[in-house]
Amino acid sequence: MNIVSQEAVTRLGQRTLAVLRSLGHAAMFTAELLKAVPAALRRFDLVVTQIHAVGNLSLLIILASGTAVGFVLALQMYYALVTYGATESLGLIVNLSLVRELGPVVTALLFAGRAGTSLTAEIGLMKAGEQLAAMEMMAVDPKSRILAPRFLAGMVSMPLLAILFSAVGILGAYVVAVMLIGVDAGNFWSIMQSRVDVWRDVGNGVVKSAVFGVVCTAVALYQGHETQATPEGVAYATTRTVVISSLSVLALDFVLTALMFSTP
Amino acid sequence: MKTDALIEIDQVTFGYDASRTILRDVSLRFMRGQVTAILGGSGCGKTTLLRLIGGSTTANSGQVRFDGEQIRPADREHMFALRRRMGMLFQFGALFTDLSVFDNVAFPLREHTDLSEALIRDIVLMKLNAVGLRGAAGLRISEVSGGMSRRIALARAIALDPELIMYDEPFAGLDLISMGVAAKLIRTLNDVTSSTSLVVSHDVPECMAIADHVVLMANGGRIVAQGTPRELMESTDPEVRQFVRGEPDGPVKFHYPAPSIDEDFSMRITQGRSR
Amino acid sequence: MNKRGIETLVGLFVLLGMAGLVFLALKAANLASFGTQQGYRVQARFDNIGGLKARSPVRSAGVLVGRVVDIRLDPSTFQGLVTLELNSSVSFPKDSSAKILTAGLLGDQYIGIEPGSATANLAAGDTITQTQSAVVLENLIGQFIASKAGESGANGGSTKP
Repeated sequence: MNIVSQEAVTRLGQRTLAVLRSLGHAAMFTAELLKAVPAALRRFDLVVTQIHAVGNLSLLIILASGTAVGFVLALQMYYALVTYGATESLGLIVNLSLVRELGPVVTALLFAGRAGTSLTAEIGLMKAGEQLAAMEMMAVDPKSRILAPRFLAGMVSMPLLAILFSAVGILGAYVVAVMLIGVDAGNFWSIMQSRVDVWRDVGNGVVKSAVFGVVCTAVALYQGHETQATPEGVAYATTRTVVISSLSVLALDFVLTALMFSTP
Repeated sequence: MKTDALIEIDQVTFGYDASRTILRDVSLRFMRGQVTAILGGSGCGKTTLLRLIGGSTTANSGQVRFDGEQIRPADREHMFALRRRMGMLFQFGALFTDLSVFDNVAFPLREHTDLSEALIRDIVLMKLNAVGLRGAAGLRISEVSGGMSRRIALARAIALDPELIMYDEPFAGLDLISMGVAAKLIRTLNDVTSSTSLVVSHDVPECMAIADHVVLMANGGRIVAQGTPRELMESTDPEVRQFVRGEPDGPVKFHYPAPSIDEDFSMRITQGRSR
Repeated sequence: MNKRGIETLVGLFVLLGMAGLVFLALKAANLASFGTQQGYRVQARFDNIGGLKARSPVRSAGVLVGRVVDIRLDPSTFQGLVTLELNSSVSFPKDSSAKILTAGLLGDQYIGIEPGSATANLAAGDTITQTQSAVVLENLIGQFIASKAGESGANGGSTKP
């Protein structure tokens, strides 16, 4: 009994230390990424290419999901509001749900799944093929040339994608609510316009998505950079990207929501 | 301080951690203008030597000097300047898969020089011509075979006309023709550009054919022998003979350490133990 | 895909994002009805501001005419000192009254301005003197109970069945 618990405690201690170490390592990595950002800005053409890879190519899934979520929100909220005769507030509720929460969070989750995994795999394979080492040998810093442009691209793309998600969501909800269900169009828009605050609701939502952008991209790049140079290593790294990004986004969402929306 | 030796390894010890010492108090000199081959079995530390010279890793003790200057990986500005005078050919090419053949070779030129695109085009085509692949300039990396990718990587490594070219296992996994081509290229390039070449390999025939000087290493970074190819081929030292002749057993044992055959295969009923 | 093509697409993407932001801000939120016109500020004191908050609307006849910009406690009179910013396009007589009203039964509170009859208008820096505080539910209930008790007293005490 004594020996078993001693082993367990040692392993627990080692695990904790390992987690702390990797957390510190990840923090230092992110700091170096941020330091390389000014250099990446000077090579803006690289950033543009990455925005295309990370942002443009995610547009389809974001717009499709946004519209779908808008449809569903309209339906579900209608059923909830009709009992209180408050269906004219449907537009307002859909807007707030999207702009404050669903837009930033769902976009971040989709981004982690689509763009995050592709970033991890790309960097992981580059590392496995010694491309990063070759670049260093040619006196070109891979952090400035490969990693930082991708980081900037993620930071810029995420808020744009979240905005588009919310926008098409509202439009989708409009289609369902006004054209299919028969909610009054005038009320749909006017109540929304009078009660949704640009700075508090839309603005905070944009801030949230910017934070998520930083986190998801940094996680994806870190996992790719640290991966083992084997097929299993890369596969494992992409899984970790999705899991860690998603959990971080959800945890941060709670913190940010509490900070931003706690006082009415 | 210019010496005849372009690279000096001075009593270098290196290990990733305390339990694994890869190089133990190694001293070597690589002369200018020569092709030096570093031979040895896997794990003897020859690739580590290249990494120390290139500044990817720092020695635990001792000094590595390039053209008289000590290599200090921590000093980024210094390494930046030094690395522009070196070219390295990685084991499988390490080409940038998102760029075309042309853009790969042009990469060092675009990053480190202000030359016009027209001039860069000429230089790239010349380098590709030197390795016999001028016609492949427009291909994508995915369309290129293994042997070709090594040659493209070589063209990229010499794009800035470096003083030192390092080759990490350039012959590994090539067919006989490609090996011959690679060997010819290494030798010709070295002579034509008056640069210094370091070839790390375990391919004895090819290295012996092109090297001016050969260093044979064994586990622990121990230098077994060095000299001209002829001297090593005619050596009577059992370790050297085993390596250059490729004998399966000799000072480097065939069998991985194991308990005796008796223990592993006998079943002593009296002792009630079977494995 | 060549460089030019990629740059164009990325430009389109960013443009689309900006358009989405503009849509959200103007059509889906309250930016359009706010901030474009210059306003002038007046003050009003209330015994109880209820649930009024900064940026609460100021309406007259139900029409939005301004916003609450600041709420603080007046240290000398211990009343709530509310600063309102009214649109430059509207003017109210000096004796207009400001009441704290509730939108709907359980909605947000806002300030309703009823115009008075004076010839001079409110100018920047003026104070609205006629004010009515928010209705506090507990006071209302207390009043109700007191009046009920008073009624039963007048009726001779037979309120209990």
